Amino acid sequence: MQDKKAHKFGMVIDLDKCTGCGSCTVSCMAENNIPFKEDESDKKDSITWMRVYKLTNGKSFPDTQTAYLPRPCQHCGGKGDHGHSPCVSVCPATATDYGYDTGIVSQIYTRCFGCRYCMVSCPYHARYFNWWDPVWPEGMEKYLSPNVSPRMRGVVEKCSFCYHRYQLAREQAYYNETDEIPEDAYQTACTTACPAGAIIFGDLNNPSHRVHQIVKPDPHPDPLNHDVVGKSRNPKVFRLLERLGTNPKVYYMSEKEWIRKVGDSYLDGEWDKMKNHHGSASHD
Amino acid sequence: MDAALIPEGAKRCSFPKFMLGIAIVGAVLLWGVYAMLLCWFKGLNQTNMNDYYGFALWIWADLAVIAVGGGAFFTGLLKYILKIDELKNIINFAVIIGFICYSSALLILAIDIGQPLRGWFIFWHANVHSMLTEVAFCLSLYFAVLTIEFIPNILENRQLNKVPFFHHLAHNMHGTMAIFAATGAFLSFFHQGSLGGVAGVLYGRPFAVREGLLIWPWTFFLFTWSAAAFGPCFTLLVTRITEAVTGKKLVKDNVVHLLAKISGWMICTYIIAKIIDTIYWATVTAPGLGFEMSHFYTNNSFYGYWILVTEVIICGVIPGILLINKTTRENHSLRLLAIILGVIGVCLNRWVMVLQVVAVPVMPFDTWALYIPSWQEVATTILPVAYGIILIAVTYRYLPVFPQERELNQSKAQES
Repeated sequence: MQDKKAHKFGMVIDLDKCTGCGSCTVSCMAENNIPFKEDESDKKDSITWMRVYKLTNGKSFPDTQTAYLPRPCQHCGGKGDHGHSPCVSVCPATATDYGYDTGIVSQIYTRCFGCRYCMVSCPYHARYFNWWDPVWPEGMEKYLSPNVSPRMRGVVEKCSFCYHRYQLAREQAYYNETDEIPEDAYQTACTTACPAGAIIFGDLNNPSHRVHQIVKPDPHPDPLNHDVVGKSRNPKVFRLLERLGTNPKVYYMSEKEWIRKVGDSYLDGEWDKMKNHHGSASHD
Repeated sequence: MDAALIPEGAKRCSFPKFMLGIAIVGAVLLWGVYAMLLCWFKGLNQTNMNDYYGFALWIWADLAVIAVGGGAFFTGLLKYILKIDELKNIINFAVIIGFICYSSALLILAIDIGQPLRGWFIFWHANVHSMLTEVAFCLSLYFAVLTIEFIPNILENRQLNKVPFFHHLAHNMHGTMAIFAATGAFLSFFHQGSLGGVAGVLYGRPFAVREGLLIWPWTFFLFTWSAAAFGPCFTLLVTRITEAVTGKKLVKDNVVHLLAKISGWMICTYIIAKIIDTIYWATVTAPGLGFEMSHFYTNNSFYGYWILVTEVIICGVIPGILLINKTTRENHSLRLLAIILGVIGVCLNRWVMVLQVVAVPVMPFDTWALYIPSWQEVATTILPVAYGIILIAVTYRYLPVFPQERELNQSKAQES
């Protein structure tokens, strides 16, 4: 069975709800058979598909504020949202691919030969290289998920938006003799594990899904930057490094202006001019 | 002992002395081979690369040897296509240096990839949108061209040349070399450019990204241009080192001056383009993405404005001026200074376009990432240097690499 309508799976993370507990990271590692090192103190070669960054407003006490920013793969649509994600366009062996039916950026582990060009291209550091053979403490390998293949040494891996869950949801839909995949039938592990309900996942193309309702994605190119498509028309919602034109499908939400500002780079005085620009709806 | 193999009329050191030198460099080579085997069998955890530094010392070494190896294609273009006949006296050596550089690049790439046995996937599952695919195809093909260009010189070995078939083959290959030189120039234009494109297309990395022409970012053209400009500097530098080691004059001054002059004009035009590119990037491209130029050169302990000044002014403008000016060009010491600065400059450019690109934080809450290579990375990078020295030593000893050697050293003997 083929889905007739193209999905565009995406995520909204409410940074005001995120407590930085790390449940999303742990659930992701368990769900996706992510190996870990004996000594995980050097985070620059640790594999964390979902990494939680600590943000601060940079002010001293008593005005200090902190927030936590979970960062999965952003599943970029690339400039103009045509599917030429920074990583997909550079992979020389087509080992990472853009799913036009889902919007998900996949990684084909058995095809990757470990050149790491995709890692260099990704400004979010969402891609990880297997510097070591994957190992788990004795007995723990029995708890590995049969739905996700472990990766071998020497290849790159990253968040897949729990693609195996999408496959299971499609199988279920087929069994139910329907084309529709209900919103709750396909949810990523981090979404379901977040105790604060800070992560919302769904189809950005489906108006009945919460992500669509929150993000209100603008289907038209941003008049200020034609590479940017799908900008949120919700003034509280932003994307990381949106100005680069990577067009991520992971959106962040916050009531706090300093958090929204930290999502991108601005020249002096630029933020005040740009902060009220939220897609074509803002010109209505 | 090996006198029968040495070109007629050429004087070489004794065989034991030669072998002693080879043994010393060979020990360094074996050290590199050991490190290479560690990387192949234990994996890239033997390096100090990490998820911030997916590209590091090896990719820099790759880009650098390919840039300095550009002397082969450019000298070939000048000699066979533009018919600058004097360069026949240095073309053999330029080809050998190119052969060493390109075989080294392929070797380093074979160590650098996480799954070396899957290296052929780049050809089999080729992604036509990737600059690296273009690099792989053109680089491999150009290495084949260099091998073809190298063969006639090998066949001119005193003993091999006695075999009529080899003699005629070498002669006929020389006759068709213009075709290979043209092919080499074409392929080099694309792979040198694609290596620049590797950085220029990274629109997620504001330090690297450039606008451009059609699918090619400006770095595409700058890399080709700089390889053509600085490659001859490296050819001249290695020639000078070979002359110093052998204690002989091997190439006439007029040939050296000519190549240095061409290189100088190429450097000058390149550096003007590079300055324009840098100004445009710093004032238009990066600010358009929300970045001040200072973001890329401050708040870290290594990458300051000094690196930009060193690359563009000290190792770009100065060697260019020294080489286009007749007086300074024909001054032995100043010419040597210029070609050394030039080689450092192009290597520094490749360093910046690989290492600094990944060192710069892009997300506002991210930090600079600095890196020091492991001994395994250093050893495997020195490995090609040792291999190059050995190959030059062997070819110089047994092949008629320098057509003017006999004449130059006979006259020297007569003078003394």
